[in-house]
Amino acid sequence: MNLQLVVDSLPQLLDGLGLTLQITILSIFLGLVVAVPAALMRLSPNPLLRWPAHGYIFYFRGTPLLVQLFLIYYGGGQFREELDALGLWTYFREAYFCAVLTLTLNTGAYTAEILRGSIQAVPHGEVEAARACGMSGWLLYRRIILPKAFRLALPAYSNEVIFLFQATSLVSIITLLDLTGVARSIVARTFAVYEIYIAAGLIYLACSYGILFVFKRMEKRLMAHLRPEERRQAQKAADPAQENLPV
Amino acid sequence: MKKLLGTATLAAALTLGLNAQAQDQEKVLIGTEGAYPPFNYIDSDGELAGFDVEIAEALCDAANFNCEFVVQDWDGIIPGLLAKKYDAIIASMSITEERKEVVDFTDKYYQTPAKFVKPEDMDLEIPEDIDEAAEVLDGMTIGVQRATIHENFLKDNFPNVDLSLYASQEEANLDLTNGRVDLVMADSVVLLEGFLNQDGGADYEFVGPDYSEKEWHGEGVGIAVRPGEDELLEAFNDAIAEIRENGTYEEINDKYFDFDAYGS
Repeated sequence: MNLQLVVDSLPQLLDGLGLTLQITILSIFLGLVVAVPAALMRLSPNPLLRWPAHGYIFYFRGTPLLVQLFLIYYGGGQFREELDALGLWTYFREAYFCAVLTLTLNTGAYTAEILRGSIQAVPHGEVEAARACGMSGWLLYRRIILPKAFRLALPAYSNEVIFLFQATSLVSIITLLDLTGVARSIVARTFAVYEIYIAAGLIYLACSYGILFVFKRMEKRLMAHLRPEERRQAQKAADPAQENLPV
Repeated sequence: MKKLLGTATLAAALTLGLNAQAQDQEKVLIGTEGAYPPFNYIDSDGELAGFDVEIAEALCDAANFNCEFVVQDWDGIIPGLLAKKYDAIIASMSITEERKEVVDFTDKYYQTPAKFVKPEDMDLEIPEDIDEAAEVLDGMTIGVQRATIHENFLKDNFPNVDLSLYASQEEANLDLTNGRVDLVMADSVVLLEGFLNQDGGADYEFVGPDYSEKEWHGEGVGIAVRPGEDELLEAFNDAIAEIRENGTYEEINDKYFDFDAYGS
């Protein structure tokens, strides 16, 4: 083990991590923006809305991410003139754009499917109660169904975020120097395969647990009202300031 | 048993005598792979052909050897030499430190240079001098295969270019045709056979000088012989020098390549 090499390579690896995190956060955020309408369209009774969403989710869940990445990056190059005419080639020329686009569409499809499941899992009683109070349409979704669905989706969604974070390592194949890309380049030079990949792996591991930790906190907060009574009582006792708050 | 041994001895003596009678040439067996076009391969008639084979024949003529070829798979080609199945390997074998520990190498008989490729309609001249070339290419994006000598060469000598690193040369070539990189660099034969001579490479061409710097590109391709066979080694070295001088090398070279495969 050449520890000195790991220490020397650390700044480069952390540079790569910067790009990895950037791509992850952008894709997660944009993916969520794609996923909510896609999930709602998927559940729509109107076939003109349902079928496009169905096709999109079906394709992106059914094909390997690597194939999607190749399709958008190299396949995009094949339509250079058409994309140029639309003014889109300047974007497709950049590996960064292609990577974020692919990961967004991929995670968007998975997240839409997670959301669809949790929207359908919202208890009927709650929906009926809301209707009885006079809520319907968008108001019903905004106030009752979506907040509940997001809570239900959280554990499965945290998995999807972890998967996406790790899947970003594939972007090194389309020339991006993310954490994996940097590690591969260092290995190619030094042949220190173990040292560098173990270091890169540990960095990924630390970040994955960071993400899990954030989700755990979110779950705890958002699901507070579902925790068993006695634990809430214990918490109240520990924090008397909350005692007078309505339950 | 004794009788058999006697017969064998007689046969051996006869063979030796016959050989000496037939011609005053030393018989040398050449091991080659026959699966590495265009350097050595089996042609449609089932005969060995290629650059290595023709060079080997020319060398044998120059050294006055009576050569015969033995085809041997690549992974067993050095063991076969050591087991005396043949006396020399002429099969595009690069001279490396690892191999030098097991076999002896002649001087190189070719070293295909590394070269840049650009789109035909691109206006670019790359000067001979590396430092000047680095200035000309400042800020350009160059596609190169990851973990190759070419990546190292570019990193060390062209610090101001953007390198795009690819898993395979095909992907780098693809991004050159897509316009994502300005140039690609690789071994000239790999580029010629794998790209420029293919349908997709029609609008692209070599640009700039041949690069074969010992520090990055190695020592080239030589003939391997068993350690200690200095006489054979010297004979081949002299033969290589001779065919370089008398134009035989050039003649063979021009059949295969439009640049000098011997390198600089």
